[in-house]
Amino acid sequence: MTVETEPKPPSIVEQSDGEGPTIRLMSSQLELDEAEGIAPAGGDQRVQMEFADDEIVFELDELSCFYGSFRAVRDISLQIPRNKISAIIGPSGCGKSTLLRSFNRMNDLVDTAHITGTIRYHGVDLYADGVDPVEVRRRIGMVFQKPNPFPKSIYDNVAFGPKVAGFKGDMDELVERSLRRAALWDDVKDKLRQPGTALSGGQQQRLCIARAIAVEPDVILMDEPCSSLDPIATLKIEELMRELKENYTIVIVTHNMQQAARVSDVTAFLTMGEDRAGYLVEMAPTQDLFTRPAHRLTEDYITGRFG
Amino acid sequence: MAGTTLTATDAVERRLRGGTTDWRSWLLEGALLLSLLIALGILLVLLADIVATAAPVFLERPSDFMTSPLSARPEGAGIVQGLVGSLLITLIVSLVALPIGIGAAIYLEEYARDTAINRFIRTNIRNLAGVPAIVYGLLGLAVFVTVLGMGRILLAGGLTLAVLVLPIVVITTSEALAAVPGSIREAAFGVGATRWETIRSHVIPYAAPGIFTGTILSLARAFGETAPLLLVGAIAGTFSSSGGPIEQVTSRYTTLPTIIFHWAGYPQDEFRALGAAAIAVLLAVILVVNGAAIFLRNRYDRKW
Repeated sequence: MTVETEPKPPSIVEQSDGEGPTIRLMSSQLELDEAEGIAPAGGDQRVQMEFADDEIVFELDELSCFYGSFRAVRDISLQIPRNKISAIIGPSGCGKSTLLRSFNRMNDLVDTAHITGTIRYHGVDLYADGVDPVEVRRRIGMVFQKPNPFPKSIYDNVAFGPKVAGFKGDMDELVERSLRRAALWDDVKDKLRQPGTALSGGQQQRLCIARAIAVEPDVILMDEPCSSLDPIATLKIEELMRELKENYTIVIVTHNMQQAARVSDVTAFLTMGEDRAGYLVEMAPTQDLFTRPAHRLTEDYITGRFG
Repeated sequence: MAGTTLTATDAVERRLRGGTTDWRSWLLEGALLLSLLIALGILLVLLADIVATAAPVFLERPSDFMTSPLSARPEGAGIVQGLVGSLLITLIVSLVALPIGIGAAIYLEEYARDTAINRFIRTNIRNLAGVPAIVYGLLGLAVFVTVLGMGRILLAGGLTLAVLVLPIVVITTSEALAAVPGSIREAAFGVGATRWETIRSHVIPYAAPGIFTGTILSLARAFGETAPLLLVGAIAGTFSSSGGPIEQVTSRYTTLPTIIFHWAGYPQDEFRALGAAAIAVLLAVILVVNGAAIFLRNRYDRKW
């Protein structure tokens, strides 16, 4: 039996669903897997995290994402806690980005994409009839893998979102505040009219973060935000993420395990089944997942034995 | 054997320097250059011939030639009616074909789902762009002149050419829109822009240089088109052209290429010179239009 070495944040409530193992029963879970020597077939063996109702931002229930007839993500049930950084890790092609893009209905832009199951956002089914995907994306912002500033001025990059949202206040002040929160203000305050595309990669990505927070969202989704950045720019973004979680709920997809270990509070590990559909292996407080993975597949992945 | 032993440096040097002349690539390069020279040469000869033939006209009565109406007397004939007709027709084409063509392209690229019907429509638009111009002339004759009862007026000619360049406008605009990176759209959608806000604020500005180039080139095409207009009523006999724009648009008309076509058929040598002069004017106008296209494209490129 493992012993909890440090107290959990009070908001995280670990529960057993009755027959499945709990996070506290890590070693027995490992033994179980070793004894069986197989990947879990269904959801019942996975370790899940559950949170108090008022801490839950997203609640996924048996979510599957499809492109046409191809199922990219299979039966994922998990919860994303408020004002925390939740990381989604897993091998390439396991559907991490697809999963993330279903959180703000970005996948709607792909003609053939559809989902089954539900995603609830503060209890509201995001895919229910009458839910406006534009409003969803205003509340749930996104930062993309490759920095993608608009080919316009730095100012216009930040101001575009508030403008289409009908912001009537002091735009200069909002732009400055957003750039400050994205730790970019000092770099760009003298060249707000210059094109955003002329900045360095790391600055561009911080500009994209400023653009995302300018519409004052509730959640920021980050799809491998540092994959095209150098280590120093990466550290800056990570630092920024830690500051931002005071005000925002952050979900980050990364295939950089060190990054997940450094910045996130909770981590979900996805992998790919035989049908090439990604599924959730386990979700746990980040420290637990990396030091005492409950599942053999997780352990193999984080120790680099993933084949 | 010491003499034949090579040091590593010698061996590398021999490898690097000792390549034999690559005759095949040399020949290919020569052939490609020759093709370019032949193409340019033909154009230059044509141009020189036109300028030489047209020289007397431009030397003797440059402004009179530009401002006189058609006439059976070569010494008094001019192209003003053709210039006005061609410019009015181009105006009609731009008012009709550009909004419809660009709108259709935006719908196809940004709104339409990728269904079998839409793919069929796209393929057909491409085919329409390849249909010979004379077929559009027959269409214009049937639809605008006869069924709609317009008669052989300038408006019918303009509408016919608008239909002719419509597929070209749709195709070039579609290609410009398709070249806009998806990341720009994602960025706009990601901050909560609607589809139209995304298109208006980001996709169209990004595609504007390509749209400009394509559409202006299609206008140049309309400006120089002849065959369909012969069917829908452009004439080259003498006629009186007067009155305001409305009257011009609803009466008989001629265009610059039509005049050239007819003058080329006249037996008198003087008309050959006049025809060459008209060709020179036509080329100059098209050059200016294309220059404008390039200027606009660069201007919009620089903006960012």
